[in-house]
Order: sequence, then C-alpha cells, then structure tokens
Amino acid sequence: MNRTRNNPIADDLVRPLFHTSVWFYGSAAVLATIVLCGAAAWAYQIWYGIGVAGINWPIFWGFYLTNFVFWIGISHAGTLISAILRLVNARWRRPVTRCAEVITVFALMIGAMFPLIHLGRPWLAFWLAPYPSAREIWPNFRSPLVWDFFAINTYLTGSVLFLLLPMIPDLALIRDRATGWRRFVYGTLALGWQGTTKQWHRLESGMQIMAIAIIPVAVSVHTIVAFDFSMATVPMWHSTIFGPYFVAGAIFSGIAALIIAMAALRRLLHLEAYLHPVHFENLGKLLLLMSLLWAYFVFAERLTVWYGNEPSEMAVFWATQAGDYAPLYWTMVVCNFVIPFPILTLRRLRTVTGCVVASFAVLIGMWLERFLIIIPSLSRKPLTYSWGSYSPQLVEIVLMVATFAAMILLYMLFSKFVPIISIWELKVGNQPHPPVETADDELAELWKARP
Amino acid sequence: MAYRWGMVVDLDRCTGCEACVTACHAENNLPTVGADEAARGRAMHWIRVERYWEGEFPDVRVKFRPVLCQQCGNAPCEAVCPTYASHQNEDGLNAQVYNRCIGTRYCGNACMYNVRFFNFFHPQWEKPLQLQLNPDVSLRESGVMEKCTFCVQRIKAAKSAAKAEDRAIADGSLQPACAQACPAGALVFGDLNDPESRVARLSASPRGSKLLEDLGAEPKITYLHRQGWHESNA
Repeated sequence: MNRTRNNPIADDLVRPLFHTSVWFYGSAAVLATIVLCGAAAWAYQIWYGIGVAGINWPIFWGFYLTNFVFWIGISHAGTLISAILRLVNARWRRPVTRCAEVITVFALMIGAMFPLIHLGRPWLAFWLAPYPSAREIWPNFRSPLVWDFFAINTYLTGSVLFLLLPMIPDLALIRDRATGWRRFVYGTLALGWQGTTKQWHRLESGMQIMAIAIIPVAVSVHTIVAFDFSMATVPMWHSTIFGPYFVAGAIFSGIAALIIAMAALRRLLHLEAYLHPVHFENLGKLLLLMSLLWAYFVFAERLTVWYGNEPSEMAVFWATQAGDYAPLYWTMVVCNFVIPFPILTLRRLRTVTGCVVASFAVLIGMWLERFLIIIPSLSRKPLTYSWGSYSPQLVEIVLMVATFAAMILLYMLFSKFVPIISIWELKVGNQPHPPVETADDELAELWKARP
Repeated sequence: MAYRWGMVVDLDRCTGCEACVTACHAENNLPTVGADEAARGRAMHWIRVERYWEGEFPDVRVKFRPVLCQQCGNAPCEAVCPTYASHQNEDGLNAQVYNRCIGTRYCGNACMYNVRFFNFFHPQWEKPLQLQLNPDVSLRESGVMEKCTFCVQRIKAAKSAAKAEDRAIADGSLQPACAQACPAGALVFGDLNDPESRVARLSASPRGSKLLEDLGAEPKITYLHRQGWHESNA
C-alpha cells in the first residue's frame, strides 16, 4: 500500500468514490424526484393517450422530437471530440476525454427515449427491430426512422465500448485500493487487468480502432437524424444542407454541454488542478469555431430559401423571420451567435466563467433551433387551409425537465462510481521524461508500457 | 384485370354543403371529438371542404375545394412508415393497416395534403350512437393513424360480388360514401384503368389538374377548374 501515499493524482481522483457528502445525497434525492415525476407523466400519457400532449393535426411532431434531436446532438460532445483529440494526439485532451465520453452515453440513452415517448403505441416499438415474427414482415428499410433505429443503436454500442475500454486500468486501480464488496465489483469490471505489456498494447490498439471507427458512426447518426426531416418534402425540411448542418449543430451544442459539465465537476469535486483554465480556453476556441460554422450554415440555408422565393418555403421563412416564431428565432440567433461570439473571441472574456456563460446561451439557442426546424414547417404546409399552431402541454414540459434532471443525476452517480478523469492517461501524459527518480512504481510501470 | 381507383372533383359543381363529410363520418365510423378538441386540431375528417375567399367585401368570392386522400401513386406517406402500416395495395390505394401502426405519425408529416388523421385518444360514441357504427369498418384505437380508404369495404364487397358472377365491376355501380352523398354530383369515382369509365374520361378534361402536382406524388384525384371565372372577372 506504499504506492497510494505517493500517488497524489490517484488520491485526488479516487477520493469522490470513497467519500460522499450529505449535499450529494440531498441533490440526488431532488433530482430523482424530478425523474420520477417524468416517469409519472409518461405513465399518465400512456394511460390517457398521447392527446394529453400538445401535438395536433397537422403538427404531429412537437416537444418530444425537439428534445430527441437536442439530446442526440448533445451526445456528439463526447465520443466524437474525444476520438478526434485522441487521433490528433492533443495532449491537453487527457483530463477531458472521459467526462466527455460519459456525456455521450447518457445523452444518447436519454435522447433515444424520446422516439419511444412520442409513439402513439409505445408498447409496439420493438416492431422496428428486424426479427422473424408471425407478422411475416420486416421493418421498412426505406423509412428514415428505421435508419435512425440502427444508427442510434450502433452509436450507443460504440460509445459504451469507447467509454469502457480506457476505464479498465482505472477500475483495476480502484480494485487494488478497495476492500469488501467494492473490491469484488471493481475486480469483476476490471476484467482481470494486471497491467502487463501485452495488455497495454491490446488496450492501445483497441482504443485506436474504436477512435477511428466511432467518427464515421457519430457523423452518420446526426446525418440520419437530419434525414428524418430532409427526406420529407415539407417546406424548409427538404434541404440538402440538413445533414452537415445538423452534425455541426450537434457538435456545437455538445461542446457547450461538455464545458458546463467540466465546470461543474471542477467546482464540485475540487478538480481545479486537473481541469485547468487552459482546457476551457481550448474548448472555448472550438466552441467559437462551431458558432461561426453554425452561423454560416444558417446564413447559407436562409439565403438560398429567400433567393429561391418558392411560395410554400417563403411562408415558413417569414413565419420564423418576422412572424409568429420570430421572437424565438431571434433569441436563437442571439444565443448561438451574438452572445458567444464576443465572449469567445476576446481573450479577456474567454475565462472559465465566460465559457460557461457562452455555453448556457448555446444550449438554449440550439434547443430553440431544433424547435424552429420542426414546428414552423409543419404548421405551414402548402395547403393554407390546413395551417396550424402548436403549444406544448404540461406533460411535455415535465418530461423535458425530467430528462435534464436524469442527465445530471446519471452524471453525478457515474462520478461517484468511476473516476471522472482518466487517472492512468493523466499520469502518462503528465510525465515528459521517464519517471526514473520517482517512488511511484505504478507510474514507472505505466511509463515502461507506454507505446 | 387490375383496377386503379381514382376520382374527379368538379369544383364547378361543389356547393360546399359538406354532405360528403357527414356521409364519410357515418360510413367509416369516424369519431367526433367535440368542440374543444376540434379547436385544438384533433378533428378527424377524412374528407374536408376547404374554403378560400378572394377579393374585398362586398365583392367577395368563396371557393370550395373538397380535399381527401389523393391516393398517390408515388406516395410520400408510404416510404417513411417504418412498419409498412402505410402501403400501396393491389388497386393502387394507399392502404393503412391499423394493427401495424405504432404511431410515429411520420406519414402525417410527409403527406403534403394533410389528409392523415391521428387518434389522440380512444374514440368514443355517446349512447346510443354506438348502435349506428358500420359493422364493415374496424374501429381504430388510440395511437394509430387513419385516413380515407375510398371506402375499401365497399370496393372489397363489389369485387367479391363481381368475381362470383365472373364479371368486371360496372362503371358507376360502385361509389364511396362521399360521392354517393354529393347532391351536386361533384365527386365522380371509378376505375382509371378503364378508358371508357366516366372518371377516366373526365380526368382527361382540359379543365383538369392535380393538387400540388409539381411535388410528383402522382395523385389519382383530378380537380376540374371552375368555368367562366376568367371571363367574368376580367
């Protein structure tokens, strides 16, 4: 047990697993209550029929699909960013990767709930899966919803693997420090990790393969979510720009979520020494890039529609630009561009606080963007007699709030069971020279095994 | 010989009386949802009469346009359904299999004519209205999409009868409820594959056009323009 005393990194990062404050239990209880309210709201909706939500004819998709796209977008924070940073070997990534990857897994799980919640008959959702059945039909592979089903399942599987692989050495480290039931649980999860050279090499190549494989999967997932809209000839949905536009927006909102999560971890788990302002600075620059990209996409989309001057599209265009939806539209522009742009451009403002403020604005703006993509188009289809309007109902709002609570709760719980910062990667990364002088034999072993 | 059912809507004859809407409700067990739900956009009318006004008071002209499922040959609603609940049947109808529908409502979004309707709640009929339900038409439960079927129950019955007697269905002997109820004879139904049928001849009229034709959905309903408009308005 000599090594534990000489191991400040591991001590700091493992501490949250063994020490839990009363605040944690209190906030977890509050969040769990909100999540239970969401579950009750869903049960209520299933019992009485989906008419308790605000959707109507002809706006068949409302808050639920908005939240679906929003959460799938958030999920692009983690795995994609982490994979890119790994592949380009950005050294500053090391404390960031795991807290990013966790966002992906939980945001995907939450996002994937919404297509189920929004179904008229959710108990039949398994009909999307291709399996031999007495009905003797397969899912309709022409339907973008079926593509969604496969894309999201693939992404979820890949993200879970991508999260779990680099966790193995850390789980083994906790196993070696723990006693009792914890030792058993972490020992099982560590899959017999001994830290041999062979195991390190296998881990490294496994991570390399996953990092490469997950990037096209991540891009395809949000492209396919965009296809849910752009495959229909609905005005302003039917656009070739939607695939890349959605992917850019997803990464945009994902980075914002990551910055907020990191700032919270930094404050609550006292990780100031690990999540340094330079991480926020770098992610802030990335957020700025995505903000500019987002503005470019919006400009390209809007200009093309306006110049084309096609009547049914112009109805939607003016509804968002100057009509019923204009307040939401301009709030979106302010949140996604006007607020983050100066904050992230000026070095003086690109602090931890500045990045968090910009990120909150971006999350609000990107949520509005999803809403404004879905609802105005459905309310202004070509036959003017059938124009409609939508206002969300209580059950939809409760379910939406519950998913935010669920995200925070899951994230909190995860940080209590697994070090939220990858200990071994940090150790390897922090040492520019072989640590021959150090008494930390664990680190020396790590160094030797470094590929 | 395969049938290809279609319809002609003569806008010159339509008076906007909505007899077709009422007849459709009675024939196809369409629930009425009440004033409050209807105001929220939950009314179900497989056929509706759209009203458009032109001009300033007192020189106002109103135009009626009955809109029902256009039974598209290249239907956007069919491709997007993940479970084949919405599919093209052998007569070229856009059939909806209620039991297969899981309620994604994607078809309703993809349909540019907005002629697909969703059961937001379990349909209910106040007593004794349940006694007037048509036994040939299944009731739809909460959470499924439904739409105009061209009264497929009548088509099936007519086909069975014709097959038993080894003959084709005679033109005009088969009508959906809306066409049957139309006092002005504005709705003409029949087999587009039979060039001698009334509907096929009227479809070829120079007055004819399709609704949102440029979308390429190949609708099987032809609208005949009102005549005399241009001259009188000039």
